[in-house]
Amino acid sequence: MASVTDAELKEMTQEERVKALGMTTEQLTGKSMYIEFDPDATERFEYPWAPSVDFNKRTEVDCDGKTTTEVNNQIRALMAEGYGTIVLQNPRGMHSLGVGILSKLNLIIDGSTGYFSTGLIDGPNVRITGRVGWSCGENMMAGTVVVEKNAGSTFGAAIRGGDLVCRGSVGSRTGIDMKGGTILVGGDTGALSGFMMQRGRMVVCGNAGKNLGDSMYDGTIYVGGEIQSCGVDAVEAELTDLDKAWLTRKLTQYGLMPDKGVDHFTKIVAGKQLWNYDNLEPNEKKLIL
Amino acid sequence: MCGIAGLIHRGASSNVGGEMTAMLQALKHRGPDSTGYAVYGEGSEGDYIMRLKVAEAEDMGSGSRIHGIIEDRIAAVEAILGEHGASVKAKEAPTEYSLRYILSHDGDTARMANHIEETEGVEILSMGNGLELIKDLGDASDVAGLYGLNDFQGTHGIGHTRMATESDVDIRSAHPYWAFPYNDISVVHNGQITNYWIMRREMERKGHRFMSNCDSELLAVYTAHNLANGVALEDSLRRSIDEIDGVFTYLVATKDQLGMAKDTMAAKPLVLYESDNLIAMASEEVAIRAILPQEIDTYDPYDEEVRVWQA
Repeated sequence: MASVTDAELKEMTQEERVKALGMTTEQLTGKSMYIEFDPDATERFEYPWAPSVDFNKRTEVDCDGKTTTEVNNQIRALMAEGYGTIVLQNPRGMHSLGVGILSKLNLIIDGSTGYFSTGLIDGPNVRITGRVGWSCGENMMAGTVVVEKNAGSTFGAAIRGGDLVCRGSVGSRTGIDMKGGTILVGGDTGALSGFMMQRGRMVVCGNAGKNLGDSMYDGTIYVGGEIQSCGVDAVEAELTDLDKAWLTRKLTQYGLMPDKGVDHFTKIVAGKQLWNYDNLEPNEKKLIL
Repeated sequence: MCGIAGLIHRGASSNVGGEMTAMLQALKHRGPDSTGYAVYGEGSEGDYIMRLKVAEAEDMGSGSRIHGIIEDRIAAVEAILGEHGASVKAKEAPTEYSLRYILSHDGDTARMANHIEETEGVEILSMGNGLELIKDLGDASDVAGLYGLNDFQGTHGIGHTRMATESDVDIRSAHPYWAFPYNDISVVHNGQITNYWIMRREMERKGHRFMSNCDSELLAVYTAHNLANGVALEDSLRRSIDEIDGVFTYLVATKDQLGMAKDTMAAKPLVLYESDNLIAMASEEVAIRAILPQEIDTYDPYDEEVRVWQA
C-alpha cells in the first residue's frame, strides 16, 4: 500500500487498482484489496475509491424484465450519481442481487430474492422485506443485512464481519466457515449450523438442528431453544454476564429480544480437542528423528 | 445440478400444464439438457392413458431405415394390446417416436406392460388413469410446445429440468420416472444416490426392471416396490431417508397425492409455498414466483423432512 496513495487509487479503474495493489503478480505478496481500518481513526472510514453518496437522495429500480447484471450495474451507476438510498422493486426471487457493494449505501430490497443476495459486500446497510434463498450475505466484510422473512441454507457462509440478521427461520449450514461478524436468527436453524466456524458469533433465538457447531475451531454460538445435537468438538460453555450483556444489546438493537430475556440461552464453543496444529505427521516425525 | 418443481391444487382443477411450463422454464439454468413433466388430469374410470416411446430422439438421425423400424415397433405394440384384450379408444403421436394411447382394458395391466416392453426399443413412459408423463430433450417451452402441454388441465403435477451428470443425455435417462408397472405413480429427483448399485441389485432380485443407468430411476422403482407392498406414501418417503444413501430431494406424485422427501444432509434445495388451495415447491424460489408474482411467504424444509399433500 505504501507505494500507492489514496488519491492515485481513487483515480484508477478497478482493473488498474487490482494491479497496483499487487494482486496479479506471480508471487503472493500478502497484499489484498482489503484495508484494515484503524479503530482509533477519526476519518477515512471508506475505501479511497468509494463513490460519495447522500443517504437522503433516494431512488427506485424496477427489477422486472431486467437481468441480474443489469440491476447490479444500475445500482453502481446510481451510486456514482450520488444516490445513497436505493430501493429494488419486484425482485421476485432473482439471484445475486446487490452483490459486491464495497461502500456505504442504504439498499432496500422490496420483496424476496434468490441465491447469493448481497454477498461479498463491505459497508452497505441492506433491508430485505421478503425471503432470501441460499447463501445470503456470503463472505460479507462489513455492513448490516436484515431479512424480514425466512432465509435459505448457508446463510452467511464465510462471513468476516458485519451483522447479518434474519427475523424468520433459516435453512441448514448457517454460518458455515464463518470467520467473524455476527449472525442473528429470530427463528430456527437447520442441521450443521456453524460447521467449521472459525471466529465470530452466531445467535439463534429458536431451535437448532443436529450437529450444531460441528468441527468448529473457535467462535461462539448462542441458542435460545432446543439443540437437537452438537457436532464433533462443540461443547457447552457457561453463559457469563458479559455474554448476557452483549446478547441483550445486540438482540435489542434489532428488535429480536425474547420476552423471557437472555438467561435461557445455551452457549456453544469449540472443545479444542481437534486443535492439532503443532503436531507432526508420522512421516515428518521420522525425518526429525 | 437439476431443477425440480411440483404443484398441487386442493380440490380444484387448473391449467397445470401451463403452470408447470412457467416453473420449469424459470429453472432452465439448473438443467438445459432435457425437460420432463408428470401431470395429472381427470381420468375416467376403466380407461388407461399410456404414453410410450418407440425410439430415442437421437435415433431419428440414424438414417431412413428408422422410419420403417418405428412402424414395425408400433404394429408390434398394437398387436400385443389386442392380444391382451385392450381396445384403443384414441391414438396420438406428438412426435414420430412418441405415442399416446387411450385404452379401455380390464385385465392385468402389469402383465400387459411387461409384454409391451419385450418389443425392442419400446419403453412405456407412463400408464394410469390420470397420469401423463412427457419427457424430451430441450427446455420447457420446447417440450410443452412439441407435446401441446400449455393448456393441459389437471389437479397436480411434478416436473424436472435435467443437467446430465451421472448418465447420458437421452429420453430414457430423463425425468420424471414412472414407477413401472404401477398406475399413476411418478418421481422426480435432484441429487446423487451413492448406494445405487446395491439398491438396484436388491430391487432386481425382487423382480423389478430398470431401463436406464440413471440413479433417479431407483427412487421410482423403490417407491413402486413399497407402495405395491401396501406401504403408505408417507412411510415410503420416510423409509427412503434411512435406506437410500447420498444427497437427494425428491418428489413423488400419485393419482391424488404429492409427496416430498429431503435427505439427512439437506444438501439439495427445495423451497415450499403453502396456501389453502395451492401448494407449490421448486428448487428455487424464482420458479414459484413464475406462477405467483405477488409477495408470498415461502420456506426451506429441513433435513429428513417428509411431507405429503392430498389433492
